[in-house]
Amino acid sequence: MHIDWAHFTPWLSLGGGVLLGLAAAAFILVNGRILGISGIVGGLFSAARDGGAWRLAFLAGLLLSPLAAKALAGGGLWPAGVPAPPRIAAGTLTLIAAGLLVGYGTRLGSGCTSGHGVCGLSRLSPRSLVATISFMAAGFVTVFLLRHAS
Amino acid sequence: MIHRVSEFLVGLLFGLGLLLSGMTDPGKVQGFLDIAGVWDPSLALVMGGAVVVGLGAFALARRRTATFLGGALHLPEPGDIDRRLVAGALLFGAGWGLAGFCPGPALVAAAMLEPKAVLFVAAMLAGMAIYGWRGAAR
Repeated sequence: MHIDWAHFTPWLSLGGGVLLGLAAAAFILVNGRILGISGIVGGLFSAARDGGAWRLAFLAGLLLSPLAAKALAGGGLWPAGVPAPPRIAAGTLTLIAAGLLVGYGTRLGSGCTSGHGVCGLSRLSPRSLVATISFMAAGFVTVFLLRHAS
Repeated sequence: MIHRVSEFLVGLLFGLGLLLSGMTDPGKVQGFLDIAGVWDPSLALVMGGAVVVGLGAFALARRRTATFLGGALHLPEPGDIDRRLVAGALLFGAGWGLAGFCPGPALVAAAMLEPKAVLFVAAMLAGMAIYGWRGAAR
């Protein structure tokens, strides 16, 4: 195994992870909810029995985060050059197929990287552990096929 | 109202965490998923940092009957480990590997007005809507 030291960002990634954990902690302890993005977004499509306002409030904050990062950087409170511009290698058809898979799959499996990965593992949920192992395995296999199988 | 403010701030904090961690860059995500190539282990630290904090938070939540604001704690009921769970996770993982986007980072990258991220999010929302219609038809 070769480590990509040039792109390895241990402190930024650990720091980002801690922020994600703090957000999940605040969401359960203050708002009483599991911070799972696919559940929060997907719930907008099912009958919004709970009104859906809490989903929209959360998503408004999420979508404004790039602007907030820019404002923080202006005040010297945010590391320079973060975030790096997204490098999106996939073409149009691949992006559409991948988006459909992610949207449908996360609803069928009741969660994604945040709901199962962060919150589920933190709850020591066997169900979320199985889901996390499954989507990680599928991700590893897919990238292997994409990059090394031709 | 205090709940809406809190939800907004949590969304903001979560987005900042995604931006700081590098997960809004599909190239970095695919670099993590590419263990056979030149491997970038960064995202293991994202998950590790998040879960260490989360373990403490959920241990506390389990011992409480209400939130800090006195509201209901919506902790999931233990569910079955069934085909639906695994099939859904496998489909999601395949899409994640193909594009390098999972739902949260895709939404944030779309908010940065990356045209390809906007396209991915549109397809993702369509996938969720299709799931919803199938459920309604059952």
